[in-house]
Amino acid sequence: MRIREHPILRFPAGGKISFFFDGREVEAFEGDTVAGALTAAGLRILAHSRRLGRPRGLFCAIGNCASCLMEVDGQPNVRVCVEKVRPGMQVCSQAGKGRLL
Amino acid sequence: MTGGVRECDVLVIGGGPAGLCAALAAASCGVGVIMAERDGHLGGQLAKQTHKFFGSARQFGGERGFLIAQRLAAEAENAAGIEILTETPVLGIYEDGVATLLHRGGHMKVRPRKIVAACGAAENFLAFEGNDLPGVCSAGAAETLINAQGVLPGRRALMVGGGNVGLMVAYQLLQAGMEVPALINHAPQIDGYWVHAAKIRRSGVPILNSTTIKSAYGNGQVEGAIICEVDENRQPLPGTERRVECDLICLAVGLSPLNGLCQQAGAALAYIPELSGHVPVTDEYLRTSQEGLYAAGDAAGVEEAATAMEEGKIAGLSAAVALGYGGTAAQEALTEAAAELKRLREGPMSERIRRGLAVLRSEVIKC
Repeated sequence: MRIREHPILRFPAGGKISFFFDGREVEAFEGDTVAGALTAAGLRILAHSRRLGRPRGLFCAIGNCASCLMEVDGQPNVRVCVEKVRPGMQVCSQAGKGRLL
Repeated sequence: MTGGVRECDVLVIGGGPAGLCAALAAASCGVGVIMAERDGHLGGQLAKQTHKFFGSARQFGGERGFLIAQRLAAEAENAAGIEILTETPVLGIYEDGVATLLHRGGHMKVRPRKIVAACGAAENFLAFEGNDLPGVCSAGAAETLINAQGVLPGRRALMVGGGNVGLMVAYQLLQAGMEVPALINHAPQIDGYWVHAAKIRRSGVPILNSTTIKSAYGNGQVEGAIICEVDENRQPLPGTERRVECDLICLAVGLSPLNGLCQQAGAALAYIPELSGHVPVTDEYLRTSQEGLYAAGDAAGVEEAATAMEEGKIAGLSAAVALGYGGTAAQEALTEAAAELKRLREGPMSERIRRGLAVLRSEVIKC
């Protein structure tokens, strides 16, 4: 969900784009963070913990913590709360720790 | 540039209120500044704050946080002598005085003559059953989503924490169109300004003091919380459990200074609970024990934006004066900023800060 009316702020919508979350097409606006666009689409489970498989979501939204690490265009451990969406971007729930090289 | 290492007078780490004021103050003395900000925009967390600030015109009293951020950012962008690098986190400060910055996918090496660390703070987590469920987030995260991105993180949010962050963000959630069934606070009385508490009470949100969160529940994500009352020792009172239906649980349980770079650079830290944790030991000029390194704002002890701005000025001016810039005008500005900071801390809400600083400054002698 997005805010339509606000007493103080205005949110001019950027151009509409789309990206992919685990292969599913998600609508977003230019300037959105990945986590923001997923949250707006009602998608709050970003990953599962490695050992117990517990669902993981957004915690700090400003790049301080490691709660929202995902694989973006093949690169693991991207903090999607501060990563901006790009058209056609492939965002995937990360399996395991990810590989650096 | 020598051997790929850039030289500059002052490196300011962080483009929030403290960093911006440090850069502006130093540049006003003729100092060449590089300001490195990890995020894509300047203003730090002020950029998402919609409430009006208190205080005098000097600290932009009466103006909304995000407008103060815009104003300071514009000043810095137009100032001669400040090179602003956004999306540029500082990775480390090394023994040879070189700082490594991550800039456009590569490492940028900078050898500054002085460094101001204005890295800010991170929000605290809280231990309770189910605290890892999606839908449990920091109050600042909810604030970022609603105010900076126009996205609703849920429909109905339980706010945990009765300090200013909890009180103000609860009100901002209402302004964004969300429901707030309650604000719970483990202390017997709120720890924020009553004017913020009055706003959410007038809006019909109950403030439940001496109450804590016992657990969050839900199938895969938050569907509710169990709250309970606590006794005078802040221990849960059996039999007082209550269910609160909500799809978001916001934690406003304090912040911790981001001290990593200061520590890594070799500055002595002290644990001062009144300043929210481990902070670099600083003197009144905000010099750390590490030669040439200054600390300002929440990174030097969690407080508020008005004091962070004055601290930024002090650190920036101290660095400029130490480099021989600014003459008597800089000395006078430094004295003025120090007096203003002292004045800002005279109120009853600053009693804890005054106590913490007294302990911190007594640590200087040991370093």
